[in-house]
Amino acid sequence: MSGGDRVVLDGLRVLALALVAAAGPAVVLARDPLKQTIAVSFYGLLLALMFFVYEAPDVALSQIVVGAVALPLMVLLALVKIRRNQAAQALAAREARRAAGEAP
Amino acid sequence: MTSAARMAVFTMALAGLVVALLWAFGALAPVGDVAGAYGQLLNRVATNERNATDVVTAVNFDYRGFDTLGEEFILFASVAGVAMILRPSRRQRFTREQRDAVEHLPGRARYPTSNAVRLMALAMIGLDVVFGIDIVVHGQLTPGGGFQGGVILASAPLLAYLGGDVPTLRRIAPRPLVAMAEGIGAACFVVIGLVGLLAGAAFLENVVPLGPRPPGVLSSGTIALVSLATGLEVSAGFVLLLLTFVEESLQRTSKGEAGGSP
Repeated sequence: MSGGDRVVLDGLRVLALALVAAAGPAVVLARDPLKQTIAVSFYGLLLALMFFVYEAPDVALSQIVVGAVALPLMVLLALVKIRRNQAAQALAAREARRAAGEAP
Repeated sequence: MTSAARMAVFTMALAGLVVALLWAFGALAPVGDVAGAYGQLLNRVATNERNATDVVTAVNFDYRGFDTLGEEFILFASVAGVAMILRPSRRQRFTREQRDAVEHLPGRARYPTSNAVRLMALAMIGLDVVFGIDIVVHGQLTPGGGFQGGVILASAPLLAYLGGDVPTLRRIAPRPLVAMAEGIGAACFVVIGLVGLLAGAAFLENVVPLGPRPPGVLSSGTIALVSLATGLEVSAGFVLLLLTFVEESLQRTSKGEAGGSP
């Protein structure tokens, strides 16, 4: 590897580390779970980039799919489930109140 | 505890963490400097000894194949656990009207899947399958292998779901078939290990001919075979996970309640 290549590689590594360092707190600071899911997906991609510039392409390949697709998807589907249950319960409670109001 | 006291404790803990981390970082080896003799040795001998150019895959599926077997069964057990925990619940029942009212999330407009997304998903499914198979069968030659290719393959039904709907997903990935594929993939890994025992060698020992040199798709003996088995297990496992989540989260009616629907 020539000196120029080494400088480019080191630059990419510093860039990848900086991006990961910035994206980590961003995931935590995005308090809304939906926004957090998008942020963690992006964070997963940045991790994959970091693994790649640190000469771990095998790990980067799995990280892309697991970190950027599979994990956010599971969280998203869980969020849908939670919201749907909350909405159904709120509706059921409202109907129960209405029925109780009409009964006497 | 007051807010100020909590902040003081947090600041002290943070300062301690920073000092400890910096101290640890200072003692780290430089990037790319491999301290272990084992890694250096494998880098030298693995390509010739196993007729495989990707030493990482050779380590995962051969030299440390038994570890990988354990890891694969961790995935197997996790998927089984998720499928069990998320089985359709009978406890919570809502009337049809209530379910209809919450079919769409409150405050959210009903948007059909856009044509751009459908076209994109359609165009990518074929590429994704080819790329996944490519990564699985070249595991012993280039970065990748059964796990990486498996998760890429598992993205294909996901794309179908993204661009289509749940019935489409169910049609291209029927649950019994996916579950069977996952079991067969996991079992094949064990069987390949047992072949070693039958041949009078150790469990998972590479007893299959190493194939032509220089290495190609058919070389590296059991490494390529284990890669295929892992690809099947991992892709089916992830698809099963997806199916379970989709059925649990998005389908209003579980099987027991579906009697009234057309």
